[in-house]
Amino acid sequence: MLQGLAAISTTALALAGGPLAAQDRTIAFTGARILTMAGETIDNATLVIRDGRIVAVGSNVTIPADAERRTMEGSVIMPGIVDTHSHIGQVAGADSSSPIQPEIRALDSIDPLSSNIAKARAGGVTTANVMPGSGHLMSGQTYYMKLRDGKTVEDIAFEWKDGSALGGMKMANGTNPMGGNGFPGTRAKSASLVRENFVAAKAYCDGDRKKRDLAKDALCEVLSGDRLVHFHTHRADDIMTVLRLKREFGFDVLIQHGSETWKVADELARAGIPVSNITLDSPGGKLEATGMKMDNAGILERAGVLVSIHSDDPIVDSRMMLREAALAVRGGMSREGALKALTINGAKQMRLDARVGSLEPGKDADFIILDGDPLSAYSHVMETWVEGEKLFDRSRPEDLLMATGGYGAGSPMEASHHHWEIAEAEAGQ
Amino acid sequence: MKRMTNYLAAASALVLAAGAQAQDIAIKGEQVHTMAGPVIENGVVVIDDGKIVAVGPAASTAIPAGFEVLEAKVVTPGLVDARSVVGLAGYLNQPHDQDQLDESAPVQPHLRAIDAYNPQEPLVEWLRGFGVTTVHTGHGPGALVSGQTMIAKTIGNTADAAAIVERAMVAANLGPMALTERGKSPGTRAKQMAMLRQALISAKQGDAAKPAGGRSNDDKSNADKPPTLETQVMRDVLAGKLPLLVTANRAQDIMSALRLKQEFGIDLVLDGASEAYLLTDEIKAAGVKVILHPPMTRQYGEFENASFTTGEAMRAAGIPFAYQSSYEGYVPKTRVVLFEAAIAAANGLSWNDALASVTIDAARIIGVGDRVGSLEIGKDGDVALFDGDPFEYTSHAVGVVIDGKVVSTASQ
Repeated sequence: MLQGLAAISTTALALAGGPLAAQDRTIAFTGARILTMAGETIDNATLVIRDGRIVAVGSNVTIPADAERRTMEGSVIMPGIVDTHSHIGQVAGADSSSPIQPEIRALDSIDPLSSNIAKARAGGVTTANVMPGSGHLMSGQTYYMKLRDGKTVEDIAFEWKDGSALGGMKMANGTNPMGGNGFPGTRAKSASLVRENFVAAKAYCDGDRKKRDLAKDALCEVLSGDRLVHFHTHRADDIMTVLRLKREFGFDVLIQHGSETWKVADELARAGIPVSNITLDSPGGKLEATGMKMDNAGILERAGVLVSIHSDDPIVDSRMMLREAALAVRGGMSREGALKALTINGAKQMRLDARVGSLEPGKDADFIILDGDPLSAYSHVMETWVEGEKLFDRSRPEDLLMATGGYGAGSPMEASHHHWEIAEAEAGQ
Repeated sequence: MKRMTNYLAAASALVLAAGAQAQDIAIKGEQVHTMAGPVIENGVVVIDDGKIVAVGPAASTAIPAGFEVLEAKVVTPGLVDARSVVGLAGYLNQPHDQDQLDESAPVQPHLRAIDAYNPQEPLVEWLRGFGVTTVHTGHGPGALVSGQTMIAKTIGNTADAAAIVERAMVAANLGPMALTERGKSPGTRAKQMAMLRQALISAKQGDAAKPAGGRSNDDKSNADKPPTLETQVMRDVLAGKLPLLVTANRAQDIMSALRLKQEFGIDLVLDGASEAYLLTDEIKAAGVKVILHPPMTRQYGEFENASFTTGEAMRAAGIPFAYQSSYEGYVPKTRVVLFEAAIAAANGLSWNDALASVTIDAARIIGVGDRVGSLEIGKDGDVALFDGDPFEYTSHAVGVVIDGKVVSTASQ
């Protein structure tokens, strides 16, 4: 642990100690294959960044005279990965006192120094929706993380306005939030509790709101559409319940996991509901995941559903997200679709696409440099840049440790996360 | 079970189509990786009556008339998973399909894998679909001595038909996974070692009064009693008939395992060994084989120092090792050695050594290297077919042959 922290600190010092902070310089990366995710792949292309933003990208780019040039022949540059469902930073959410706790904020629990954030950067992740768990109908407000080099949760918030960070609302149905004292015993009861809370919130939101209720305030943001609902759901019937709730209350929703979305792909496409999908190495492990298929993302793509691919770190290690996209291709998804599912699609789903998800002038300079085809097992993320700063460099030993693991790569209590509690509870049944 | 039903229907169709010559088959590959010599370009493997009868370039290797012919870009030996719990652990993850661990007592070497292995388990079919034809499976980590392991082919209607080694090893576990709570023993690492040493010493002495679980018998009747089942199995361990497979990840747990080997002269196989890269000299000197954790094992808890590169560290030190699918308690319910070897191949281990870690090296470490793990004359006709580099995520397994029978032609 101490070694891990020391490694991170060393990196921070090295960056701060430069004559001119990286993000202030103009840097031109030339000769790369660039997957912009906003059009065709461009070979022998140039990317110019300055002040943390992208200035230009393309094959006929005028490079400013004062630009630092880096020749990138043989390299591939693509946008940083946007992970639409992650639990890095040792996040936690609601406690076991009740199944609906919208006032809870993930940001109040996140450890920005957790090494799993550095590991995620080593895997190319630059933006992540960091969420509380799925053991509640509503487990709290999610936190959109920008994987900057930071010591505080404020440093790595995607945006921080009026004391509030950008994020969505985590909801769940199916078996995870069921059972136990004060928690629903059936699916119908689950839906009923959610409906009761939204009905009560509606009255509050339409009133003068003089006596503030933190929980209802958060629900007002959901009902107004300002706060996106990230809805953990696996089984096809549970997915359809989400659609029913959305029709009744009008909130914006992103289906999370959606193991059986392949069974209702047409319904999702017709309703215009996007899906944040996960692909695992085998089905099962819980009853709701027995219908999991490697070809799910491809089926959604062909049905016309906007689909992203997420890690659910630690369920899939953040460093395995390119692999996960490749497995989706193995299952029939198009190569381009799979890479978009890691980048621009997630950005659109989280409404962050004005800033991240593709390499276009004006957007944040969040990108990764690979030594080959992003979908090949043999390729590696060589560098990860966030807002114009190189925060991961595989050639630095302390960064390589984050990329491969090894002695001192961990943090205490890492993955102290709801999944293990659920697994233990299920094992004890 | 729908998937299984579909599979059986498909398999029956194949068997019927091939008729009486179902076991006479030739497999042609643009690349044939025999794991017993250099890769053969445009090679062929000929299987007669379940056994390999010829391997060589297609140009100079005759395929007898009437043989069914399969073709693929890349042909490898059927993959060997050096350590799993599938068949005992099922994909539903419900109490009725989790037989890899009984927690009623900390030391139960007499629990046999074959009494719990379910060959119809969908996870077995899942592994088979990726080319895994042999699996060393059985009792898992989680108890000081959880029971025995077995080696099975990933086909067969019964455990008896699937098994190629009914008693393979005795599974033990040092470290946090095998600690018990609420005042029960073992509650510490030192207690684990004391109990394991006592179990071995008791077996050695024929001391039925103090069997492994700490149970006390009537002293007077000891002389007349046959040794307990526990004692019989532990004596097989002491005699070197059954290796002790010790799951140990932290460096101090690995050293404890090596100390056991030194004290009792047992045949020790290390399992997991996530910090083995810290102890290459010690492991090498002890002459111990290592079945490494899957590279994609989650790097937290006792795996917080695990590395994708440990396989290469073992190879560089000259320590025999294999990769495994291991035990998973949640999702995904099993890992797949094909995928795990790919991570090793992408992190320093050579392509050939990575494939060996899930074929011939794995077969040798679990003691069946004379029968499976390579494509050589006289060995079992177990073959995996791929439509490209097996380690590329976007390639597919496109055929699986076990004992000369085509058991899958699905693209997976």
